[in-house]
Amino acid sequence: MSSAGEHHPALAHHFESLDNQKEAATLGMWAFLAQEVLFFGGLFLVYALYRNIYYPVFEASSHHLNWKLGAFNTAVLICSSLTMAMAVHAAALGHGRQAMGWLIATIVLGAAFLGVKVVEYHDKWTHGLVPGLHWGPPETVAEELHLSVADALHAQLYFSLYFAMTGLHALHMIIGMPILGWLAWHASRGRFGPEYHTPVEMTGLYWHFVDIIWIFLFPLLYLIGHH
Amino acid sequence: MTPAATSVREAPALPREHYLNVSYGWKSWLLTTDHKRIALLYLTSVTLMFAFGGTFAALIRLELLTPAGDLVQSETYNKLFTMHGVVMVFFFLIPSIPAVLGNFLIPLMIGAKDLAFPRLNLLSWYLYMIGAALGIFAMVRGGVDTGWTFYTPYSTVYSNTHVVSTALGAFVAGFSSILTGLNFIVTIHKMRAPGLTWFRLPLFVWAHYATSLIQILGTPVIALTLLLVALERVFHFGFFDPARGGDPVLFQHLFWFYSHPAVYIMILPAMGVISELVSCFSRKRIFGYSFVAMSSLAIAGLGFLVWGHHMFISGQSSYAGIVFSALSFLVAIPSAIKVFNWTATLYKGSISYETPMLYVFGFVGLFTIGGLTGLFLAAMGLDIHVTDTYFVVAHFHYIMVGGAIMAYLGGLHFWWPKITGRLYPEAWGRLSALLVFVGFNLTFSPQFILGYLGMPRRYHAYPDEFQVLNVLSSAGASILGVGYLLPLCYLIWSMRYGKVASANPWGAKGLEWQASSPPLTENFATQPVVNEPAYDYAAPEGEAAVV
Repeated sequence: MSSAGEHHPALAHHFESLDNQKEAATLGMWAFLAQEVLFFGGLFLVYALYRNIYYPVFEASSHHLNWKLGAFNTAVLICSSLTMAMAVHAAALGHGRQAMGWLIATIVLGAAFLGVKVVEYHDKWTHGLVPGLHWGPPETVAEELHLSVADALHAQLYFSLYFAMTGLHALHMIIGMPILGWLAWHASRGRFGPEYHTPVEMTGLYWHFVDIIWIFLFPLLYLIGHH
Repeated sequence: MTPAATSVREAPALPREHYLNVSYGWKSWLLTTDHKRIALLYLTSVTLMFAFGGTFAALIRLELLTPAGDLVQSETYNKLFTMHGVVMVFFFLIPSIPAVLGNFLIPLMIGAKDLAFPRLNLLSWYLYMIGAALGIFAMVRGGVDTGWTFYTPYSTVYSNTHVVSTALGAFVAGFSSILTGLNFIVTIHKMRAPGLTWFRLPLFVWAHYATSLIQILGTPVIALTLLLVALERVFHFGFFDPARGGDPVLFQHLFWFYSHPAVYIMILPAMGVISELVSCFSRKRIFGYSFVAMSSLAIAGLGFLVWGHHMFISGQSSYAGIVFSALSFLVAIPSAIKVFNWTATLYKGSISYETPMLYVFGFVGLFTIGGLTGLFLAAMGLDIHVTDTYFVVAHFHYIMVGGAIMAYLGGLHFWWPKITGRLYPEAWGRLSALLVFVGFNLTFSPQFILGYLGMPRRYHAYPDEFQVLNVLSSAGASILGVGYLLPLCYLIWSMRYGKVASANPWGAKGLEWQASSPPLTENFATQPVVNEPAYDYAAPEGEAAVV
């Protein structure tokens, strides 16, 4: 408000200062991430239970995933977190063009991750390992995973978890990428600077969180039995 | 009563400009970011959903007038109690006090211009409406019959009703609830007026803070669980299907991990309302302020540790059962702290009996009965005897209807002058409070006996010997229905014809009463500053007349 001597266009009418507004946004984002932890937490619980009960099946099914592609994707996502952090840094310094570049790099890395995911999903489809949509006959699945026919029934639990967990994770990235694009556009128009770059920072928190979820998913899904 | 008397003498007039008359037209409502207008959007939509849920309840009570299943078939009856539960829990009780009264009052009570994220607040309402639309879509298309609990594998494998759209409706409405809680937490942390320290906050705000914690930490789990139910139904994932190696009891754990705390999402805001009301109409500072505030947090925290008491007969480990039983008993402590402190507030107070206070008395009595019968159900041995009987039905209706809805109505009457700028007719208000109290008790106290005698819930026919008690219950329900219809009529009437209210018709403490009635869009003409504790009714008169 004018009484505080601030006229920044990004200051909403109900906040007393940009600092106050940023503190609110930061707390809100962390609360949102806490919510996300609980949301994924339910799936991690389901995973923990069934991995415990059907460990041999989970191990055999896990070997059907390509850990090299998983490891590559892990590296891609960690790099995207780096470019995201660089984007926040550039935005905070008011270097709009640079921030835009880092944000676009983040989008490209995110797209690369999703591209690899498509390859992996397609592989499961061709092997008849997609529960509900394309699940092969018990004998084929058993042969594919080197399991007995009785155990192969339970492999469906593993692959359901695989698709539910990586699918929800991918959905979070798909939601994040247009937001990154929107930020890149605003960054290129010089909207962000030392006093106001909250949206970039908040999206950064979100992006890092999605990254961390994957850091957990990779060993839990790809590396069962790799000691 | 002197502050009220002085303000009445001034012959109040409506302020020239307030949040209701700054703009007109449907766009000014559907695109508003004003927390007060959004509260009214919620008020309209939850009232509509309450009417739906109430209609289902009326049909249930009509069917149960006679022992034979004659009005509806058992399949229809299954749908009636399911949709009654789904609508009342997900689309009425959970949003009712927080999204209507909390939305309207929290910024006013803490001296802020709005919630921290006004657009997010509007998004919450739209999410609620999308969820409700999905729920209504399922009802219109033929309904759902799983019970509001969606137990697997019935919901995932066997039921051939509209489970997916109903579950997705609750899923979307859940995100509305999460975002509302998030908004409240940030607002309470970051937007309090100068001088308004944590322990000067109205207890209504403390209660909503605790509620918001549950909304943020519990709701995502039910959202995920309902998503898994929908996925399992469509893609046969098998997480909850024994035929594929899944475990139906896992669903119950996930479901109750949220749905027990959800009861506290309903009752904690109600307790916040009661704390405000009991203090105002006793003209006394609330007894044991910090204990009442902290007991809200204690209930929210303990609430996450007791879900297993819904599963004593599910086959869960009996050692787990013992732990859940003991933890459930602990919830009685913070609940009792509240009841004792409200009662102690009355002691030597200057009590008056306006409509909101009648609801307070109703609440305290009914909540106590609901809470004490909760102890019966927390005791494993006794619970096994009454599991899935009308005893359970009576118990949770004493909490949800006798508790939460009584407080909602009491709060709605109390803040009605602030919301609309007009007074409701007091005599009609008292009559409706009395009808609700009598009707409620007549409806649900016979159900305790029915349940103890062994009448199971969720059946549309019953043995002849239960008829007298069932007729009593249905008769009570018709009185209760009148008790709910009356406020609907006279509150709407009062919006046009009610007496114009002053800024502070009750002579109450709290920043919301320093704003005009109805408030400005920015709530306060100048930033309020707080320099006194909450409920400072003992303060000299001069200080009260700030307005």
